Amino acid sequence: MKALLFGWIGLLAAGAAAAQTNDAAFFARKDAAHVTGEQIFTHICQGCHMPDAKGAVGAGHYPALAANPKLASAAYPAVMVLNGRGGMPPFSMLLSDQQVADVVNYVRTHFGNHYTDALTADQVKAFRPPAPKPEDSR
Amino acid sequence: MGSEFPPASLSRRDLLRMIGVAGGSALMYQAMTSLGFAAESTYRRPPPLQGSGKGSVLILGAGLAGLVAAYELGKAGYKVQVLEYNARAGGRNWTLRGGDTYTELGGHTQTCQFDKGLYFNPGPWRIPYHHTGVLDYCHQFGVPLEPFVQVNHNAYMHNPEAFGGKPQRLRELQADWHGGIAELLAKASGKGALDDLVSKEDREILLESLRQFGGLDSQFRYVAGRDSSEHRGYAKEPGGGPDGKPAFSNPVGISDVLKSGLWKQLGMSALYEYQTTLLQPIGGMDAIGKAFVREIGPQIIRYNSKVTGIAQSDGGVTVTYEDTGKPGTALQAKADWCVCTIPLSILSQIPIQVSAEKAAAISAVPYMSSAKVGLQFKRRFWEEDDRIYGGVSTSDTPIGMIGYPSHGVGTKKGVLLGAYAFFTEAYEFTSLDPATRIAKALEYGSQIHPQYKKEYENGMAVAWHRVPSTLGCFGWWTDQAREQHYANLCSLDGRIVLAGEHASYLPAWQEGAILSSLAAIDQLHRKAVAGGAA
Repeated sequence: MKALLFGWIGLLAAGAAAAQTNDAAFFARKDAAHVTGEQIFTHICQGCHMPDAKGAVGAGHYPALAANPKLASAAYPAVMVLNGRGGMPPFSMLLSDQQVADVVNYVRTHFGNHYTDALTADQVKAFRPPAPKPEDSR
Repeated sequence: MGSEFPPASLSRRDLLRMIGVAGGSALMYQAMTSLGFAAESTYRRPPPLQGSGKGSVLILGAGLAGLVAAYELGKAGYKVQVLEYNARAGGRNWTLRGGDTYTELGGHTQTCQFDKGLYFNPGPWRIPYHHTGVLDYCHQFGVPLEPFVQVNHNAYMHNPEAFGGKPQRLRELQADWHGGIAELLAKASGKGALDDLVSKEDREILLESLRQFGGLDSQFRYVAGRDSSEHRGYAKEPGGGPDGKPAFSNPVGISDVLKSGLWKQLGMSALYEYQTTLLQPIGGMDAIGKAFVREIGPQIIRYNSKVTGIAQSDGGVTVTYEDTGKPGTALQAKADWCVCTIPLSILSQIPIQVSAEKAAAISAVPYMSSAKVGLQFKRRFWEEDDRIYGGVSTSDTPIGMIGYPSHGVGTKKGVLLGAYAFFTEAYEFTSLDPATRIAKALEYGSQIHPQYKKEYENGMAVAWHRVPSTLGCFGWWTDQAREQHYANLCSLDGRIVLAGEHASYLPAWQEGAILSSLAAIDQLHRKAVAGGAA
């Protein structure tokens, strides 16, 4: 069991063939490879950053992605998406390099953002952290 | 490592589903942290803090970690004060009942419409028998407990892609899985395949044990008959009178069981954290938080207090905060010591005067996502129609599972846990507005219980990344992060010490919060009685 659980990490794009029902609210496994940057935003990012990308404030806050000067460099959101930080989970095990590039490019060209330097999958690859090592391989 | 990876047919989704269906933060914890063993709680009821405490302690957060600190330090003689962001104590120890309102980040407000006496625990909902810290405080404070049914052999296992989408009873699937395996092993033994592995004497015992384990007949076959029906149930139940003769049920072949993938969901309930007996407080999990508040005295807690800065010097700790009703006006609280239980998702955003190592640790733990939906139904059709009394049905759809109430059996109405999602599906549930989350839980749940559509009355949906006081469900550690940061996170730093499930090896469990708090106040108290200036 232990070994099984360790091996779960894989890319969204690498999901098996079994399909969910056709439901716009949830990714279908068969369509995982075709998930767009916009879909990643509406299925995942907006949970915290909100549909208008303006973030939210409680005991702590979720930063806005609209009018956020930290988006000036595409590397910053790419590293955040891959590694997570604070309340933000990492997505390196879920999204392919291309999907990370797609969602960063989507955010940097919507919500009032007009950055023209698109991020490529190759550039994302350079930021990808090594897969975490399971305990029994130490 | 290569051989330890699952076969290609076991997809990432499958594995996440395995984790999700278990409902277990603990499982997620194993998968994510690769902590490959389940340790029994290290809790032993601590002796009273030795020597009388002098001075004051400011406690940030009135979840279980903060409440334990307030109770134990207060008892030891310290002057304690608690600052809490919410208008209630308990933190993730939380129960929703009719009349409660809840506003999530983004502004959606839900008003709970449950009937009197019905409830839903959006956070922790079960206590393993070996979480002795939680149980001990329940016993000390007279919080009444009742059994929480985790495994129900008559509950369903559902995969839309298997058995034509028809939900299977757990007992049938488990019997057919065990029976098929036992029959194969018996055959292999008959062909001499085990001769090199097991002595002749042991082989004979093995065969007998396989017959018992798998429900095999006298010929070591797993076929329709009394032996298999005694495991998987009857097609026609044994009855009385002239028509009392039972009819045996027909097992599903091992090939269909394996291909269905449903066996993956069977292993989860056998794991340590879900083994019987689990327990729950009668009337809702928040009975624990409320008992602590009663014990420490409600005046100790200042509610609606949002911490904005934590500073320390040789002389003491100064915490800056504001009243959530009067934002922008800075208030200050001072004490000799500070126990900070604020979740790292939030603490990592608050200026705090600690070492660079501790600051790095505070920022090193992202938060796992989960979402739950509670659904009230007009009648307990799961009991009346399906004969399911408590326990969990699993589903390979976004809802992950349906949890049936262990309490109120035979009463008119009930609240089901209609979805318990982790990871991808939790992100997706979080991204939906509460009404849509409920609609989706109904849509997928009705694949298992068609009665949903007619019997549904109202519901509540809580996605933990939208909970204003936590910004996430629980600390998502990796082995690497543990090695680098865990000791620094837990150490006493001058006059400040952290506590909470994030400072434990029991992520998400209430037991982790309690054990971390006891460890934290022990450090603090030792230093204080040693005359400890920072």
